[in-house]
Amino acid sequence: MPNTGHTVKAFDEELDQLRATVCEMGGLAEAAIRDAMEALVRRDAAGAAAIVERDKKIDALEAEIERRAVQIIALRAPMADDLREVVAALKIAGVVERIGDYAKNIAKRVPSIEDSKIRPLSLLPEMARIAGEMVHNALDAFAARDAAKAEAVRERDAAVDDFYNSIFRALLTHMMENTHNITPATHLLFAAKNLERIGDHATNVAEMVYFAATGVHLTDRPKGADTTEIGQGDLVD
Amino acid sequence: MDTETTTLPKMTAHGVSVFYGEKKAIDNVSIEVSREHVTAFIGPSGCGKSTFLRTLNRMNDTVASARVEGDIRLDGEDIYSPDMDVVQLRARVGMVFQKPNPFPKSIYENVAYGPRIHGLAANKAELDTIVERSLKRAGLWEEVKDRLAESGTALSGGQQQRLCIARAIAVDPEVILMDEPCSALDPIATAKIEELIHELRGRYAIVIVTHNMQQAARVSQRTAFFHLGHLVEYGETSAIFTNPRETRTKDYITGRYG
Repeated sequence: MPNTGHTVKAFDEELDQLRATVCEMGGLAEAAIRDAMEALVRRDAAGAAAIVERDKKIDALEAEIERRAVQIIALRAPMADDLREVVAALKIAGVVERIGDYAKNIAKRVPSIEDSKIRPLSLLPEMARIAGEMVHNALDAFAARDAAKAEAVRERDAAVDDFYNSIFRALLTHMMENTHNITPATHLLFAAKNLERIGDHATNVAEMVYFAATGVHLTDRPKGADTTEIGQGDLVD
Repeated sequence: MDTETTTLPKMTAHGVSVFYGEKKAIDNVSIEVSREHVTAFIGPSGCGKSTFLRTLNRMNDTVASARVEGDIRLDGEDIYSPDMDVVQLRARVGMVFQKPNPFPKSIYENVAYGPRIHGLAANKAELDTIVERSLKRAGLWEEVKDRLAESGTALSGGQQQRLCIARAIAVDPEVILMDEPCSALDPIATAKIEELIHELRGRYAIVIVTHNMQQAARVSQRTAFFHLGHLVEYGETSAIFTNPRETRTKDYITGRYG
């Protein structure tokens, strides 16, 4: 949506800074997802510890976004699309902070599977790649105020859910084959669940971006495979 | 154009244009004003919002070069009809101006003047009742009840404006037009007027012209945005300020105008 600048130029600068901070935060969360998965695949406990440490920076950016947004609301009294954008920035920051926590949680599980024989499934890195891209594209859409791009992000959540269900089944098979696999498989299952939640959160961000850009709420999301309805019958082929 | 109202409109304007000599100040404006809602007119200087407000009680009659076309009705009655008594009309459609303009008379006389000339009180006791009720409704009674004989012009700016509102209320109007009633007041006095507008809502149809968009957002339920003599957008205040449909409205309320 092309926007001419505000009569008060400083207001434009403040909005630009707010948007840039949200994008910076999103970039860190996206990197955390990618690096956590790499640490998991390589069983790199030192790399994983670094990711946990880096999460503090994401938390600090959330606080900064909140401070900037509150300041704009108090001093500029934003209206219409400006108001929607500031509110979206505030909400997105909270969601991205959660995304960072999920990535951190994946990293924290690396030491627990270090000695196990079970290999991270090939599906897990691919799932992480898609979830990371959703985060990336949702934040891109926010930066560009691009409603169509935000909508496209939402479309991909079903794929992430499908990955989760496949991984769930595969890990259960590992557990049934050898009870020694149960601990590491459970950790990997939590990692997959974290990625599934990241996909949901990226979808939420996309919906906020869509509303900020258009003033209209996206209606019900397209429903992929339900991740809670895998029964015993599905497990044995 | 969103003109939905839950009940019959108090005033309706249809195809209204206003000319000052050759110059067209208002171009083909149609709008409905209800009693249930406070209606705010916003727009940049010279957009015609005050001119349009003044057509609603024929204040433009006092401007020699002004000419009004179109149809304006109060409860279905054509206010520009030759049968319309303009003095009576202005009692039914009262007005409060930008600068408080109390008469150089006592506080009591400021409020009593209208009811007296319109013959609304049979005796002194009735007049006293009207004065007290009007000052109470205007939120001024507690501050002036012990000094009703003092001059209205001795009050503070905010009190003077509330006195003018009391004066408008005293003749029991149906509609109150307010033309930037707070622009000469400090924030506290402004807040008192805004609270008063909130109190009066429902009893009278209120139309307020304001340059202060925050004020429009705070006090009104319906907002009309005027630009270059046109009514650009009219709708629920919350929608106008969070998600206006017209680009011109958005540019104005977000500070991108010009």
